[in-house]
Order: sequence, then structure tokens, then C-alpha cells
Amino acid sequence: MEGDEVIKVSDLRVAFGPHEVVRGLSFKVRRGEIVGLVGASGSGKTVLLRTMLGLLRKSSGSVEIMGVRLEQATPAESRRIGGRCGMMFQQGALFSSLTLRENVEFPMREYLHGSDAMYADVALAKLGMVGLSIEDADKLPSEISGGMTKRVAIARALALDPDILFLDEPTSGLDPIAAGEIDRLIRTLQRVLNLTVFMATHDLNSLKSVCTRIIALYDGRIVAQGAMHDILAFEHPWLRAYFQGERGRAAQIS
Amino acid sequence: MAAGPTLRASQDASGELMNAEGDWTAAHTADLERLAHAAPPHARKLTINLDSIGRLDTFGVWALERLRRSAVEAGAQARLAIQQDQRAKDAREDLFAGVAKALERQPVRTGRGDVLGAAMRRAARGAQAFVEDCAAFLDLVGRLTFCFWQGLRHPERMRLRSAVHHLDRTGTRATPIIALMTFLIGCIIAQQGFFHFQRFGATDYVVDLVTILVLREIGVLLVTIMVAGRSGSAYTAEIGSMKMREEIDALRTMGLDPVEYLILPRILALTVASPLLTIVGNGAALFGAGVVAWAYGDMSPAVYMERLHEAASHIDLEVGLIKAPVMAFVIGAVAALEGLKVQGSAESLGLGATASVVRSIFFVIVLDGIFAVLFAAVGM
Repeated sequence: MEGDEVIKVSDLRVAFGPHEVVRGLSFKVRRGEIVGLVGASGSGKTVLLRTMLGLLRKSSGSVEIMGVRLEQATPAESRRIGGRCGMMFQQGALFSSLTLRENVEFPMREYLHGSDAMYADVALAKLGMVGLSIEDADKLPSEISGGMTKRVAIARALALDPDILFLDEPTSGLDPIAAGEIDRLIRTLQRVLNLTVFMATHDLNSLKSVCTRIIALYDGRIVAQGAMHDILAFEHPWLRAYFQGERGRAAQIS
Repeated sequence: MAAGPTLRASQDASGELMNAEGDWTAAHTADLERLAHAAPPHARKLTINLDSIGRLDTFGVWALERLRRSAVEAGAQARLAIQQDQRAKDAREDLFAGVAKALERQPVRTGRGDVLGAAMRRAARGAQAFVEDCAAFLDLVGRLTFCFWQGLRHPERMRLRSAVHHLDRTGTRATPIIALMTFLIGCIIAQQGFFHFQRFGATDYVVDLVTILVLREIGVLLVTIMVAGRSGSAYTAEIGSMKMREEIDALRTMGLDPVEYLILPRILALTVASPLLTIVGNGAALFGAGVVAWAYGDMSPAVYMERLHEAASHIDLEVGLIKAPVMAFVIGAVAALEGLKVQGSAESLGLGATASVVRSIFFVIVLDGIFAVLFAAVGM
């Protein structure tokens, strides 16, 4: 087995030209955790996520996913990792010429050896899990609302029942009910599939109700990590403003 | 490697009991497929016990649910049983509920058979699209005329900076390729002329052939086809992607007219650039013909120039130059229309760019024919 630590990031640095966005991050994520990554806009959340997925080049440090160091991975290894990780992009990144069902089926067709009926059934099940009806499944991404796009993007990230799910702002732009459903969905899937979830989010409610651990980024560095109540105890001006502000308090009172 | 999924039957008193074992996960889809379509056991009651399953995911659930359903369809009472752990049970029930809902759907209807009806519907849709396209074209021409008129009355509203930028893109930067292309065509026409006219000893008339052909037809046609392929497609792609990313809607909500802001400057640039490019093209083609006349046809540059003076008339040049801006206007309008038709998908952007080039080249040829008739009627 590859051990309990499915993600291991050590001393990761990412720079665009002279401007360093991620400045020496180290952390580990264990199997089954739901880790929330918080930070102000521009603090390097999305850059960190994209680097962990190999979409951006890092300047130094290493990222290890399921025991494989990304920069040393053979093509076969990176394909295996690709099949075991699901990523939901902030804007959905749905393939615009495929219907919603085909979008969810797409990774299955690439990685699995099943029948069309199986793909269709499972894809519809996933779409159902994220709250879409069967009639919606044959629509095109341009015909659905922003909230639905998010849900379909999550369904596609879940298509292969991955071990690790990366989510970039899964609940932003959703109404509270839909956001609550997504939170519930993430928890359920985590329980059922022993999923590890790594999500960048601003949603204090989902941080509170879903995440088992929070990593707070400020200016490209980790300023605090731990469970919600540990984070709240931290004395950092930005963290205090973030969690103790008006919206932060509102989220915790309810 | 973990064990693949298996089903083991064990007869017991209450009916047939089957134990599901191993990992029922996406990694074993081929096995799952086989198990899901296995013939259901002939029993009145069937219980599939899930307690010994290692890992289970949506694909495994799908296979189990399929199996249960086929047993039910065969007339048995079938159920899936989890006895052990309550937490695991709750979690798995969520998965089962999701998959079960998907399996309950009506089988997808595939509309086959009505071939004639489908063809008629397609034809009707095509005709409707054609009428709509014509209406949209006239609408755009009207808007452009209005915006142009407004621009003449209030020159500060004319987006001249933008027009100059596009003039640079579609005119200045297209000059080298257009000069090279027309130069080569000039060479080729002259070479063919000398080769075939030699048999009648009529090589003197090669210059007449080249001049009339280039000034009246080839120069302007090549230039406008190049403009359609180079700038028309770019316009469609730009406007189309702006449409896709709601930039056009953003302009509208700011109270700005996309026709005035985006389309008029582009079309103005094209209509100004194309006669200029035609002049460049004409010059390059005649120069190419001269080079061939000198190197291949044994005609000295001085003689070539003299023959050129005799053969060429103002009228030939004017015929070409009158056609160029009209054709460029149509290219620009078609490109803008196709861009505005783009929907949300990347595919529709590609279709738009293709349609833009194909249609504008087609219209250029049709216009050329119409012009030929008109010029003949007025004796030009």
C-alpha cells in the first residue's frame, strides 16, 4: 500500500517571473481527510491547486500524490494518478460540444472498459447525485445555469470514483440550498468511497460543516492549519478578520 | 493488487443467498460488466449479501443493482442486504438510491424510421435558416448604414482609432503575403500565355491577356479571397468568442452598440484596405508577368512596358477597384454575422469561422458574376 499520506507537498515554490506566488509550502493530507484551503483572493490558492495537478510548473520543492512524485512520474504512472484524481475547476471547464451526460462519461470512456449502458447508467447516477434530473442530462453546457455547471463539473470530477477529489470553489455562486446539498454530497461521498477531498473555498459554512482540517494561506505561505476551532484560536490579523468578521460570525452562529 | 469482484452462491433455508466478495470498483469494470449481465439464478427468493465486499463504489453499486433488477424481472424476490455496520450501511444506501434512480429511467428513444419526415424537417430548417440569415444581413446593413451616418454627423463617435488598428491588421500586415501570392500568379499566367501563344506566334498578345485578366479579375479576386480567409475568419473568431464570453452583452448593458463599437470599425478597415491591397496585388502580378516575359518569353522590359501601356486602360483598373470595396464589405458583414451567431460551445465557434470563409468566398464569386453583367451593360 502507498501509506496513509495521499498528498505530500514539501517546500513548494511557484513563481511567475520575478513574482513568487507560492513561497515554500509544506503539508500532508491523509486518506479520508477533507481539507479546506482558505486564503484571500490572490493568496495563491488556485495556483497551489493547479501546481499540485501538474498544470503549472513549480520553481522548486516537490509534490507527491499517492506515493508518486509528479516530476518523476512515468507516463503510465501519471495516467494512473490521473484516473485516481478528480478535479473540479472553478468555471466548470465542461467540454462545450458534449452533452452533460457525455461530459461525465468522457473520463469513463478513456479509462474504463465497460459498456455504453454502464457508462450511461453511472453517469446519470452521478448527475442525479449532484441534483440534476434525467431530462437535463442531454442538454449542452451552454444551455444550463452557472449553479448547474458547478454540479455537473463535480459529477465529472467524480466520474471515475476517484481517491482524491480536488475542488476549486465548489460552492461559490450557488444558492444556500444548493451549496448545502454540495456540502452534504461531499461528506457522503467521502464516507462511502473513503474519498480524500482537497478544496479551495471561501464558503465559511462548508469550511465549518465539511472540512476536517483547514489550511490557511496568506501571501503564499501557510499561516495556520488545523481544525476549525484551532484556526479560530490563532492570533493572526487576517485570520481574525476572515473568521470573526460579520459574515464569519453569521456562519458560526447558525 | 486487490481481488476482483466475485459472487459466491450458498444455498440456505430462506432462499438463495449469494455473497458478494472482493473489490467492486471502477478498476474492475470488465468483471463488473460480466457479473451484471450474468444470468439470474432461478430462485424464488434471492438475497445478495454485501458484508464481505472489500471496496465498493458507484460502478460496483451499478453492477449489484443491475443484478438485482434482472433477478426481479425473472420473477424472483431479490434484495441486497447489509447486516454489519450501520454507518457503512447508511453511506452505501445513499449510493444505491442514486444509482437506482438512474436505472429507473425510461429507455432512451432512438428516433429511427421516419427518414422522409426527418429530411423534410431538415429542409424546412435549412430554408428557415436561409430566410433568417437574409433578414439578419439586411438588418446589419441597415444598422451599419445608420451608424456610419451617425459617425459622419458626429465624427467623435466614429471609432477611428479602432478602425486604424484594424486597417493595420488587415491591410499593412497582409501586404507581403498578398504581394507574394499575386506575383506568383502573374508569373504563372504569363508563362502559360507564352507557352500556348507561341504556337500561333501570338506572343505579343500575352501582355494583353495578362493585363486584362489581372486588372479586371484575378487581382481583385485573389485579394478578396485572401482577405476572406485571413481577416474574415479572424473577425468571426473574435466576435464569436466575445459573444461566448458575454462581452457583447456587457457592451449592450453599458448602452453601447456592438455594431458601432466592434463591427463598423472592422468593416470600414476592410473596405479601405481591399482596394489598396488590390493595387498592390495588381502591381505585383504585372511585375511577375514582366519578369517571366523577360526571362522566359524573350521580351525585353522596355518592350513589355510599351505593350503594357497599349493594353491597359483606366477602365480595366477601375473595374477592379470598384469591385474590391463592395466585396470587402460583404466579407466583413458575413464575418460579423457568423460571429454573432456563435453559441456557447467551442464547436459552434469553429463552425462559424468555417461558414464565414466559405460563404464570403461564395458571395465574392457571385458578386463578381453580377459585376460582369453590370459592367457589360454599361460598356465598361
